[in-house]
Amino acid sequence: MSDLSRTVFYDLHVELGARMVPFAGWEMPVQYAPGVMKEHLFTRESAGLFDVSHMGQVILRGPDVAEALERLVPVDIVGLAEGRQRYGFFTTDDGGIIDDLMITNRGDHLFLVVNAARKEADLEHLRLHLPEIEVEELTGRALIALQGPKAEDALAALNPAVREMRFMDVADVELAGASCWVSRSGYTGEDGFEISVPNTMGPRLMRALLESPAVQPIGLGARDSLRLEAGLCLYGSDIGETTSPVEAGLNWAIQTVRRKGGARAGGFPGADRILSELETGPARKRVGLLPEGRAPMRAHTALFAEAEGGAAIGEITSGAFGPSIERPMSMGYVPADHAMEGTTIFGEVRGKRLPATIAPLPFHKPSYKR
Amino acid sequence: MKYTEEHEWLDDQGGIVTVGITAHAAEQLGDIVFIELPEAGSEVSKDDEVVVIESVKAASDILAPIDGEIVEVNEAIVEDPGKVNEDPEGEAWFFRIRPADPDQMADYMDEAAYKAFIG
Repeated sequence: MSDLSRTVFYDLHVELGARMVPFAGWEMPVQYAPGVMKEHLFTRESAGLFDVSHMGQVILRGPDVAEALERLVPVDIVGLAEGRQRYGFFTTDDGGIIDDLMITNRGDHLFLVVNAARKEADLEHLRLHLPEIEVEELTGRALIALQGPKAEDALAALNPAVREMRFMDVADVELAGASCWVSRSGYTGEDGFEISVPNTMGPRLMRALLESPAVQPIGLGARDSLRLEAGLCLYGSDIGETTSPVEAGLNWAIQTVRRKGGARAGGFPGADRILSELETGPARKRVGLLPEGRAPMRAHTALFAEAEGGAAIGEITSGAFGPSIERPMSMGYVPADHAMEGTTIFGEVRGKRLPATIAPLPFHKPSYKR
Repeated sequence: MKYTEEHEWLDDQGGIVTVGITAHAAEQLGDIVFIELPEAGSEVSKDDEVVVIESVKAASDILAPIDGEIVEVNEAIVEDPGKVNEDPEGEAWFFRIRPADPDQMADYMDEAAYKAFIG
């Protein structure tokens, strides 16, 4: 595993009993001693601490940087207030998704958090298409997430200023002596924070947070089941270069100012397809699926309209057992005319077609502090 | 008690062999969320896929360790698959089989050999 990168928390993970696995070029904790199920439930009832330092942190600086970034994302960046964060995605020329990311207005620059596996592609894309913009990859900062109903209390014990933050606010906050950039957001469907911390100060901050009995370290295994219960997409599984944001149901992330008739409509790669899909509806849609029984329907399970015969109509893109909803859950793509909630379709598991019902997303209602 | 390289344990009590998975296997699989067992009364051959286990991580098969007739299955673990993580070598057995050829068990490991096998 010598070619894998390690985050600044590697020694701490090992000390905490993590099982380390390769993930997107990094050695990351997939679980700690309690295991995925208990870690998931702990996060939903208390506060889970995640190392997500494998993700890319990027700063964009330059003249009219917000207008510039709008050339690559169908998102209202010009209207993003200082100290606020927004979800977005880089689109391909034919309306697919290069990566999804979080975009923050930090006053004189934009701060991006991108997926680990897409970081190099994103940097190349930014530098190629925004030549006037300075693109700086931050390698000197780690990233951790503190998620769950007790996250606010646990973080406020280090600095009460975080109590004032609302969902998608971003602020400079001193925590355990470190100058941190804190956002009130996450990837679990829980209230919580993501914290960018200088590498050198990271382990000290993580230890300070773990001093609270309300906080436990949580691995990537539970991170995946938490995000799936929350109906959130995983890049490379649920979205990618062959899925459009409208097929993926990410319409909410495309503000009206960038749609047809808006003041800054279009002007991003794939705008023709994406904007017309917004008006006429996509041919296929990402849906939630609740399999009957206890057998999980995992990614790449073929979906059929009928219990027997006929060709596959779609495929599952994420599937797992949901510890909080206590049943299996999946997401996948089906033709628009099979996407109505309550429709029964069939997933082929070990040669048998098992019924599953189209269900609303998220499976577990989020508790963001708006 | 005998052990297979597939991390099954076989407990022969008067000609009926109880089969389950070892604590090591349960630990490696992680939290188990789904189990499909064979039908009681079915005839199986060695290496047939007789049990499906899904953990939070992945699906895996359990192979029949010997030829024979499945005489009983443990429905309690179908109802509560988590029992396999709690007590894999006790309460959470999988099925009982009447061997067609008891000699097939002779090649399997004893406890010391299995412990050496898993290191």
